[in-house]
Amino acid sequence: MTTTRDEAAGELHPSGDDRFALVDKHLKRVRYEQDQLIETLHVAQDVFGYLSDDVLIYVARALMLPPSMVYGVATFYQLFTFEAPGDHACTVCTGTACYVKGADDIVQSVREAHDVAAGATSEDGRLTLKTARCLGSCGLAPVVVLDGTVHGHLDAAEVLALVQQALEEEEAD
Amino acid sequence: MSYPKVLTKRMEDHPADSHTIERYAATGGYAQAKAALDMTRDELVDIVKASGLLGRGGAAFSTGLKWSFLAPARPAYLVVNGDESEPGTFKDRQLLERDPHQMLEGVIITAIANEVHHAFVYIRGEYPKPARRLQRAVDEAYAEGYFGKGIFGSDYDLDVTVHLGGGAYICGEETALINSLEGQRGEPRLKPPYFPAAKGLYMMPTIVNNVETMANLPHILDMGVEAYKALGHGDDTGTFLTSLSGHVNNPGNYELPHGITWRELIYEVGGGIPGDRELKMWIPGGASAPWFNPEDHLDLPITKGDTGQAGSMLGSGAVVVMNDTTCVVKAAERVVRFFSHESCGQCTPCREGTTWLEMILRRIEAGQGRPIDADLLLDVSDNISVGLAWPPRQTTICPLGPSAVSPITSIMRHFKDEVMAHITEGACPFAKTEVPA
Ligand SMILES: Cc1cc2nc3c(=O)[nH]c(=O)nc-3n(C[C@H](O)[C@H](O)[C@H](O)COP(=O)(O)O)c2cc1C
Ligand code: SF4
Ligand code: FES
Repeated sequence: MTTTRDEAAGELHPSGDDRFALVDKHLKRVRYEQDQLIETLHVAQDVFGYLSDDVLIYVARALMLPPSMVYGVATFYQLFTFEAPGDHACTVCTGTACYVKGADDIVQSVREAHDVAAGATSEDGRLTLKTARCLGSCGLAPVVVLDGTVHGHLDAAEVLALVQQALEEEEAD
Repeated sequence: MSYPKVLTKRMEDHPADSHTIERYAATGGYAQAKAALDMTRDELVDIVKASGLLGRGGAAFSTGLKWSFLAPARPAYLVVNGDESEPGTFKDRQLLERDPHQMLEGVIITAIANEVHHAFVYIRGEYPKPARRLQRAVDEAYAEGYFGKGIFGSDYDLDVTVHLGGGAYICGEETALINSLEGQRGEPRLKPPYFPAAKGLYMMPTIVNNVETMANLPHILDMGVEAYKALGHGDDTGTFLTSLSGHVNNPGNYELPHGITWRELIYEVGGGIPGDRELKMWIPGGASAPWFNPEDHLDLPITKGDTGQAGSMLGSGAVVVMNDTTCVVKAAERVVRFFSHESCGQCTPCREGTTWLEMILRRIEAGQGRPIDADLLLDVSDNISVGLAWPPRQTTICPLGPSAVSPITSIMRHFKDEVMAHITEGACPFAKTEVPA
């Protein structure tokens, strides 16, 4: 049975997850234009935290694009992630200016202290460690973004302390 | 020493509220956009041509000339390039965050000059805050009637859409950016036939200009061509923004007149090298630019011509300074790794070549280099950029591939001994890069 786009969008997602309604709202606003794919992926990722296969297929169907194309676009861009992120995210800039100011030491010490590879989430799901290309804040090099807050001019020990603090705040909740 | 400020004047004089429409209005705001409505396309193009304004996105192409190439088909589009992803570059971010209306006034002027009724501003995905600032400014300007139907009470319609990218360096390349705006993968298109001015966004004639280029336009109309030219030095008119980073005491963005020397930039503006260490080399214009060194380049004036003659470019205005504790192999590996990671993969010399260059540099750095590796680096580079000439000759769709060759030629021409020492000693002589306090 084929479903028209409007019917598909009007339906509650079979999983019953009402977060899909937020994606629908955006899709309606942009009138299901196919060239709104990237914006739609941004919205979907904001809503869900990451892009699961389910979400990608949902977007593909709503925009009437082949899932392969949606997947191809999503994987082209670095801001889209396909796995659930950890509770906390630590991103270390490894751009040229930050490298010159010792970014590698920071990555290495977080990696060792929390047993998490760059680009991965620790086994307990608490911390995601990411590296980024130049974040456009080189005047602050080395730059670390912890849970969305930008920190500059920190050495490895100071970053470790901040990460520890973030993890402990969580425990106190 | 202090230099005259033009683009950064408002944010310097009024740091608290330079981004608001009230402040912009109180300091002359939007008068030039309004005046542009009474001028013809030819008049505007001629003024911008005469001003000598060169694009600030990296290629330093004459903005007026670019506009004059716009094909006659309509609708035409304007796309402002705010992707700013060249490592070390953070000037457009400041213009967007601290003075978005200045840039938007430039957008209106450019739109009028090119008979554009819909402009897009493409902001780097990692810049959500500047994008929000810009969106707020756009909303304010719409509310005042500076955008929308019949701007400034005229019969000219102009819409502007802010678009957030997805995080890919290659989307800064103008045809990749256009693909990305269309919701596709940001893969560059082949030129010809896809010159944006002929077949750009949705295959229609399109002007692509950088954020800083836009920000210059209200000033050119306001002060006039002669005064604008006088701010610069010869063919390099106006001021320029540079993002200074790395081993300098005062990293940051600076607005400077063309024609000052690198020595002045690094030692006066930048306050010299921390810990009084020696300057070893610097990247004069973003990761794509071949490096400069103190023996040959410190007293060169900062102009397009002088930099080009010396075999490099001012590019995106990013200057990364490195002191004598920096290992050239590791630094080159870092830059090459960036390009290999950001290669979109369409062209074999770029996709494979950058990967090979990265691997060879990595093994040299690890002390496992073979004597033949030095030649191999140059050989692979030659396949990406034939003859290793400057400006580079391209075997690829876009200039990203050849950019990855810049650090290789830089280290092989000037620091070959250091590269060879890695190989003959079987170890990096700078086992660990010292981090300056
Ligand atoms: C790989 C690559 C990346 C680029 N990145 C940017 C960028 O981030 N911002 C930018 O304005 N121009 C960038 N450019 C240059 C654009 O292609 C284009 O020349 C520029 O936006 C034109 O604007 P302008 O004439 O005002 O400089 C890049 C070019 C290449 C080849
Ligand atoms: S040179 Fe590299 S980045 Fe440019 S189009 Fe070819 S593969 Fe893509
Ligand atoms: S290199 Fe890290 S912010 Fe630019």
